[in-house]
Amino acid sequence: MAQRLIYLDNNATTPTDPRVVETMVPYFFEKHGNAASRSHPFGWEAEEAVDYAREQVAALVNVDPKEIIFTSGATESDNLALKGVFEMYRRKGNHIITVKTEHKAVLDSCQRLEKDGAEVTYLDVKSDGLIDLSKLEAAIKDTTILVSVMWANNETGVIQPMKEIGEICAKHGVLFMSDATQAVGKIPVDPKEMGIHLMAFSGHKMYGPKGVGALFVNRKSPRVKVTAQMDGGGHERGMRSGTLNVPAIVGFGKAAELAKKEMDQDAARLSKLRDKLEKSLMAKLEEVYINGNPDHRMPHVTNLSFKHVEGEGLMMTFNQNIALSSGSACTSASLEPSYVLIAMGLGDDLAHSSLRFSLGRFTTEDDIDYTIEAIAKGVNHMRDLSPIWEMYKEGIDLESVEWSEH
Amino acid sequence: MDNTKKVLEHFKNPKNVGTLDKSKKNVGTGLVGAPECGDVMRLQIEVDETTSVIKDAKFKTFGCGSAIASSSLATEWLKGKTIDQAMAIDNMDIVEELALPPVKIHCSVLAEDAIKSAIKDYRVKNGIEVGDAEEKVNA
Repeated sequence: MAQRLIYLDNNATTPTDPRVVETMVPYFFEKHGNAASRSHPFGWEAEEAVDYAREQVAALVNVDPKEIIFTSGATESDNLALKGVFEMYRRKGNHIITVKTEHKAVLDSCQRLEKDGAEVTYLDVKSDGLIDLSKLEAAIKDTTILVSVMWANNETGVIQPMKEIGEICAKHGVLFMSDATQAVGKIPVDPKEMGIHLMAFSGHKMYGPKGVGALFVNRKSPRVKVTAQMDGGGHERGMRSGTLNVPAIVGFGKAAELAKKEMDQDAARLSKLRDKLEKSLMAKLEEVYINGNPDHRMPHVTNLSFKHVEGEGLMMTFNQNIALSSGSACTSASLEPSYVLIAMGLGDDLAHSSLRFSLGRFTTEDDIDYTIEAIAKGVNHMRDLSPIWEMYKEGIDLESVEWSEH
Repeated sequence: MDNTKKVLEHFKNPKNVGTLDKSKKNVGTGLVGAPECGDVMRLQIEVDETTSVIKDAKFKTFGCGSAIASSSLATEWLKGKTIDQAMAIDNMDIVEELALPPVKIHCSVLAEDAIKSAIKDYRVKNGIEVGDAEEKVNA
């Protein structure tokens, strides 16, 4: 029997749109030139293709093409922005402000910078995942050079108040960087309107290929500079050396063009499906909680906790058929549950019970209907097996039980 | 998560899921783990008081597939064993039988803890001193 496979892990990576793949193909063989080869048509053709893609990507986020630096992905863009700004501006100060729920590419870069003499403030988030703007402002001091806040969270889809953060940064004259990997191509993203000076994003989260990303670096008022982290041929205006990945850049450009055109209709369709998924599961099951502010969220994401059910165990009931992610510890070697959910003040037990559903352009209503049934069945199976669900049903206060921590 | 075949088997068709009457004198209950850690196991044994053979064993587990499989396997092994034989079950036996990867070894440790804890509860209920339990049982 052919097994049905449903992909609801689009925040991890999206399938490359076939229309994107089609535009990439010629750049592997027929048009294989190096965009830096100035002396022959192969190089000119490649350079032209890169320029065109740069325009497509820039148009998606409403910036000048000269402000786009192509990289290998958002992780590299985050590294380049944080480390590059720190190196370039450290004479002005060594203080960076970021948030506990940032992606590891930001948090680990900051940790590295701490070893190199940076002082980093990691802001808490409120229980809905949003930062407290007054705390951000209070954290800014004379030595602050950069504030780094992600546009939308990868685990919960929570969207931070970018405009307000930009205003605070402008008021205090500090640079504002954002990891917008999860937002670009899914919702309107305009960094200039928000007062963002540096912004990282990636191809493979918006139906483009893997291995390509971009860093937007503001060129005028203020002119922002980053110290290159990769030395070599001086590509990308000296900020990122390395032969350009022409086929991937062409694909990234096409993906940006498609996203610009189709984002609104995708978002409208997916938010309906997401809401259906949420409402149906909450109607069928008791004790289901939404993690993250439901009014400030990406349209295609929901993060749900199913009380007294362990996430990885739950996934095992259907992971032959449905691909999604869990905030449970068991999926990682560390045995720690999701740091994002913990930072939101979720108890470890609810963090262990969480699943992230991220829908995408190729998700159908049929997929969602199947998923609703499978999840409901899986949760019921796991609750039948769960001693703490039984205790909860008997009215035992689980807080009063003396657990043997191990 | 590359779950082994045996883990999947126990996970899909767990053996001996359920609840024994913990108020009965010959039922021992072990509850180990903590919700915050992502694993809670409750393992119960019903003991024949004259022969000290485990007549029945039931479990309920909150946890990942390996935790559920470890407890399911433990209850299978317990049935028909004497208390002493049950005491000798080692977590590494479970690791071996289920082919658990290193990150899942804690699941087997928890299952061994649950067995020992259920036996302890039975012994305390019946006034059996842990140290000389063997003599009493064999007498």
